[in-house]
Amino acid sequence: MADIKIKQKEPLIHITKRDDVSFAKSIIIHLIGIAVALVLSSLLIISVTGENPLKLFKAMYEGVIGTPAANMGINKKYMESIHIGAILLCISLAVTPAFKMKFWNIGAEGQVLMGCLASAYCMLEFGGMVDNTVLLIIMLLASILVGAIWAVIPAICKALWNTNETLFTLMMNYVAMTLVSYFIMIKDRSGRSDLGILNERTGYGYLPDLFGMNYIFNILIVAGVVVFMFIYLKYSKQGYEISVVGESENTARYIGINVKKVIIRTVAISGAICGLVGFMIVAGDKHSIKPDIVGGQGFTAIMVSWMAKFNPIIMIPVSLLIVFLSVGSKFATSAFKVDNSIGDILTAIVIFSIIACEFFTRYKVNFRKFGKED
Amino acid sequence: MKKLLALLLCVAMIFCFAACGENETEETKVQSIDEVELTTPATIEKVAKADLKVGFIFLHDANSTYDKNFIDAANAACEALGIADTQVIMKTGIPEGEECYTTAKELVTAGCQVIFADSFGHEPYLIKAAKEFPKVQFCHATGTRGKIEGLGNYHTAFAEIYKGRYLAGIAAGMKLNELIEAGKFTKEEAKIGYVGAFPYAEVISGYTSFYLGVKSVCPTVTMEVQYTQSWFDIEKENTAAKALIANGCKLISQHADSSGAPSACEAAGIPNVAYNVDTSNIGPNTAIISSKISWVPYMTKMIQAMLDGTSIPADYCATLEEGAVQLTALTKNAAAGTQEAIDAAKEKLNKGELKVFDTATFTVEGKELKTYLADVVDLGDYVPDTEAIVDGRFIESEKRSAPYFNVIIDGITVPAE
Repeated sequence: MADIKIKQKEPLIHITKRDDVSFAKSIIIHLIGIAVALVLSSLLIISVTGENPLKLFKAMYEGVIGTPAANMGINKKYMESIHIGAILLCISLAVTPAFKMKFWNIGAEGQVLMGCLASAYCMLEFGGMVDNTVLLIIMLLASILVGAIWAVIPAICKALWNTNETLFTLMMNYVAMTLVSYFIMIKDRSGRSDLGILNERTGYGYLPDLFGMNYIFNILIVAGVVVFMFIYLKYSKQGYEISVVGESENTARYIGINVKKVIIRTVAISGAICGLVGFMIVAGDKHSIKPDIVGGQGFTAIMVSWMAKFNPIIMIPVSLLIVFLSVGSKFATSAFKVDNSIGDILTAIVIFSIIACEFFTRYKVNFRKFGKED
Repeated sequence: MKKLLALLLCVAMIFCFAACGENETEETKVQSIDEVELTTPATIEKVAKADLKVGFIFLHDANSTYDKNFIDAANAACEALGIADTQVIMKTGIPEGEECYTTAKELVTAGCQVIFADSFGHEPYLIKAAKEFPKVQFCHATGTRGKIEGLGNYHTAFAEIYKGRYLAGIAAGMKLNELIEAGKFTKEEAKIGYVGAFPYAEVISGYTSFYLGVKSVCPTVTMEVQYTQSWFDIEKENTAAKALIANGCKLISQHADSSGAPSACEAAGIPNVAYNVDTSNIGPNTAIISSKISWVPYMTKMIQAMLDGTSIPADYCATLEEGAVQLTALTKNAAAGTQEAIDAAKEKLNKGELKVFDTATFTVEGKELKTYLADVVDLGDYVPDTEAIVDGRFIESEKRSAPYFNVIIDGITVPAE
């Protein structure tokens, strides 16, 4: 009969949840993870290029920091790398409050893009009409406003009719891209659907260089956003409301929190910061507009936010690590004349290892002891 | 919390005020290219052959006929000059945007002393890089601003491709005549189709010279143009070619970089004249000839200048005579006597007896073109500035290598805006 073998055999491997992991143990797990990632990527490099992996790591380092030849001009390579990290960090900060509230906003890409569009529009419409400082302020406010509006539309629908915010915010990305294409089409006079560098000869609406280096403005703004977000989430009443709504909407209602208001307000803040990023990209960096100008950072930011467990301070090293990996490996692969995709694979190996570390800090793997079999 | 946000914004604004005190606005007057102070190219520091590193930036990879043409030329030029593979870095798939600047910078970091980019939209980003690295030479194919930018280390180049297209047009016209004589259609039905990428000067100049070539042997011909709004889109180019064939076009040519149009022609049995590459493998029964720019002469000049420590011209138009404009071998699908007709016209073009844009051979809105201001000084303002009708012809590529002929002449229909 079937019930004869009811006694279950202990599995070869089984997983149990850890109660709590000491800080030291977590550090050790992460170090092991990174070591494993380095070994795996070295093996990959040797098998693909046959070169010494140390040479490739050195090339990655040069790709991030730059060589003296590359750092001659005003755009220092290391500043550029830090700046890319800062932009990613800022988008990660933007999506965090919504995520903490369990509002799955995957529309950061579109919200940033709408911010870019608002800035680009103001640059072209008002450039030369008003003082550059006034223009920059108009661009800043317009971008923040448009970013917030773009995020609030799905938030209102979620709050009022409980629509699915994941699909809604995702779709809004495509709407934003189409709007940008349309904008380029009506503004373009070259016939090539390309606006090139905006205000290239006049420099209207460009953020100025500070201390003889560009990007400083953007980096300062992002530093401000980090401090703001840290305080906002940890110490403010609104930050607390976000956590409660995220834990349980019913609890929040029970203790008298207006859940709809919190959802809309939080998502508006998310969108506003995304809009701010759009302003930084257009005014402080690229001075151009294209449907793919955000380059998928809106999605990478979601990963950064999660990997840092929604902690704004931890997001700093995480976003820098991801950017350094991608910038460095991109440069190294071209120096070694292997396909760009190898760089993506290297980045993926490291990210996978870090995510694996998360698993090992939360769970314990137990092996079946010998001799216990019967 | 709102207060904190407001405070942050205020701080940001104060920074703005502090940092950007004044901004100069200079009134720019429209100047003809003849009045502009032109850039003199900088003398290059001589580089030993073993130390030279050359960087290339390509829009797509070798799957695009346009980029393949550049990649092949780069390989040929480097091989001819004895530049080893390890001294050449090629970056493919670089879009026309900030990525071009970043890539140029990466190439500088990797030690390249001369960098070449192949697509029109790369220009502003390459200029940005050229300003930052005055010791590195930047060369750009199809760009418009080499002469006027005032940099010394930024150079543009193009070729007299309109002559090549004119010659290819003769082959197309002869094919039409052959089909008319065979009774396939009447003289009045002689209509050709053209798949263009974007409605701007390079493309317009290209199809007009092709059309004038056809017309020189088949006077009753008309042409319909369709734009794909993309340089490389197999599907769109294929659809556009099919639509043109459905509209009664008896022969198709194209200025877009995929195999879309030639394969549509092969499927429909319609003769095709291609651009940039030999398409006889795609259309064994329909391909006639292709015109193409050979970048080998220019790239050789560019690398040689680095080795010799001379200079690269600020703007250079490579000629038919030096072999920068080429035609692929005629296929068996061509009409009899085509080669002789092409050779005769080529000789006349080289001698200057024949002008492609001779205003006696075409009309605009029913009238001869007596005067035309072209936008030669490209300041991004799209204001025409230079008289381009001289001695009864449009002086294409003489004031600037990149084409500036952008008139729609009678006999050609373009889609309404």
